[in-house]
Amino acid sequence: MKITFPHMGNVYIAGKGMLEDLGREVVLPPPCSKKTLEIGTKYSPESICLPLKINIGNYIESIERGADTILLTGSCGPCRYGFYSVIEKNILKELGYNVDFIVFDPPEGKPSNLINSFKKAAGTDNVIKIFKGFYKGKKIIEKADNLTKLSNIKRAHAIYPEKVDNIMNDFYKDIEDVHGSSEIISFINYTNKRINSVKEKKQSEYMKVGIVGEIYTIIEPFVNLEIEKKLGHFGIEVEKSLTPSKWLSHHLGLGNIGISEERKKWKAAKPYLRTLVGGHGRETVGSAILYAKEDYDGVIQILPFNCMPEIVAESILPTVQKDYNIPILTLVVDEMTGEAGYLTRLEAFVDLLKKRREEKKNGELLLRG
Amino acid sequence: MNYKVGIPQGLLFYEYYPLWKEFFSELGVEVLLSTKTNKKILDSGVSNCVDDACLPVKVFHGHVIDLKDKVDFLFVPKIISVKKREFECPKILGLPEMVSNTIKDLPPIIDPEINLWKSEKNISDSITELGKVFNVNKSKTKKAYKKACNKYYDVRRHLNSHVIPIDAIKIYNKLLKNTNFKKKDRLNILLLGHPYNIYDEYISMNIIEKMVKQDINLITSDMVDTKKINYYSKKIPKRMFWTAGRRLIGSAYSLLEEEKVNGIIYVSSFGCGLDSILIDLVQRKASLKNIPFTLLTIDEHTGEAGINTRIEAFIDMMKWRLNDENNISTHG
Ligand code: SF4
Ligand code: SF4
Repeated sequence: MKITFPHMGNVYIAGKGMLEDLGREVVLPPPCSKKTLEIGTKYSPESICLPLKINIGNYIESIERGADTILLTGSCGPCRYGFYSVIEKNILKELGYNVDFIVFDPPEGKPSNLINSFKKAAGTDNVIKIFKGFYKGKKIIEKADNLTKLSNIKRAHAIYPEKVDNIMNDFYKDIEDVHGSSEIISFINYTNKRINSVKEKKQSEYMKVGIVGEIYTIIEPFVNLEIEKKLGHFGIEVEKSLTPSKWLSHHLGLGNIGISEERKKWKAAKPYLRTLVGGHGRETVGSAILYAKEDYDGVIQILPFNCMPEIVAESILPTVQKDYNIPILTLVVDEMTGEAGYLTRLEAFVDLLKKRREEKKNGELLLRG
Repeated sequence: MNYKVGIPQGLLFYEYYPLWKEFFSELGVEVLLSTKTNKKILDSGVSNCVDDACLPVKVFHGHVIDLKDKVDFLFVPKIISVKKREFECPKILGLPEMVSNTIKDLPPIIDPEINLWKSEKNISDSITELGKVFNVNKSKTKKAYKKACNKYYDVRRHLNSHVIPIDAIKIYNKLLKNTNFKKKDRLNILLLGHPYNIYDEYISMNIIEKMVKQDINLITSDMVDTKKINYYSKKIPKRMFWTAGRRLIGSAYSLLEEEKVNGIIYVSSFGCGLDSILIDLVQRKASLKNIPFTLLTIDEHTGEAGINTRIEAFIDMMKWRLNDENNISTHG
């Protein structure tokens, strides 16, 4: 059994470490690339949302590397992610690939299905062993997310932001060959140190942008055209409202941090959007408000073309922008998104933020004088 | 005081209007409908809604604009779930907020939350709240709702006796026009799609009338028995958690499995998230059963001529097939 799973940012690092600890053989899909997207677009229904297309690309590239079993999380609505597994199975079957799917759907009152899926994926009936593996996986994903977070701030502070890029590139290149959770964790620690040693500018204040929107587009750098890196090079600190570790702690109810953060977002969103709308639409509105309250310079919403919950959020954000006087930019991505146009919009937004900072500073000077 | 409540003729209006209308009348509240969808409504909807929304949501915004200066209240319920463990589309979940954050100078919106996901009993709180808006007490409100429900079920029963639902609404408005009983030796064609896509004559460009003129038996999901819908919607490998999806999949699968249909036309609005999944499921099943399937995707730029040609070509093709099969069976 050679296990693979779709890419979503750092998730593969934790998935790999955890499964390897359990003695499973993992075949990672190559990093998402133009080719991945091309393959996915070719074989997926045209009007399906982008994450599914990339998933399909990941699977096929993994199968070419020898994978025969696919792991996937599920949901039971209200958004279409809940039907990803059904559509994806159909596509691969029709293409003649003989692969096994292990889907972790929410238990819906029948936890035995979910537990069996875990056992099958882990290759053991020993629940304690599985639980331990899980614990390790969670630790890795937290560490990896913190590394990403650090690099997103450091890039803005660095005299030469390219240095941060190089260290992160090294990390992503070598991590594939690091096996088991303890080695992975020490490699993350090592990279952390390297990032910390990058020399910083003599500047005390930095502009800050919060990223909100659909979880997959926020997390997977290929899909958001490496927005964190781009903003970092403009000297802007980037904070993401959703990360794999936040997702994990919320959905699996592991730890109260994820849940209470989610609650905070819902509470903030309430005057604008009082119920769930599927996906993370409500969190998008809530996070934008929280960023505004924390004095961020701006907020960027990213969503895949035709993402339903995010379209609801998109129609509400202009009111948030007005009420909180914070610029919000919405970026829609799909297989047609071109790098050039994307960058132009980002640049224009950054210029706007800079101008507002200047004006604010001048205003304060005037007041004092 | 006599209040006037505006109901936009869009989205779930096409399913629940009889219920809403009765309920408000029982409460002694006057109901004003928006004008039927027309170019002006479409255009104002398109320019007063986020670009990325689907056509029916844009049209709904147009209906709100049509009504907003004529009424004391707007009725835009927040319909999250109408059946245990089922959901509506995310955009329908967020509809009141989409409208109120996009369109300016609105009268107060009445947006009771209808959420039966956990329990079908949850409705009573929302209903009582609704009564309060118009100073009607709890027991009177409940009675009004019960009466409205009974009338609504009456209307739904008409649907199952093979009357095309648009007519059912007309029956309801005392405009009985009932010509479409099933005839033998005619093609049975299933017209699939969200009710607001197929029954809104402007959005669908009168597709129902066009098809009826072609001497075929037209079937819609509403005309398929609910028991069958529920049974066949379970044939997919995962529980269908959308109410609209259950109806569309269940009706299509039941007619396909029971070999009661010669062809399927699916009308979908561009960018519909639910349809991207449902079309795939129906299309695969149809091709497995060797039943012709065609998809008509509509948006604000769709031209009527193109749609006409597509429908005619599809029906002609099926008539050919039918003749062919008959020939084979008589000679073979
Ligand atoms: S949240 Fe958006 S991207 Fe995710 S399944 Fe729903 S529509 Fe697709
Ligand atoms: S179901 Fe489709 S057409 Fe209806 S509101 Fe949702 S996305 Fe739009």
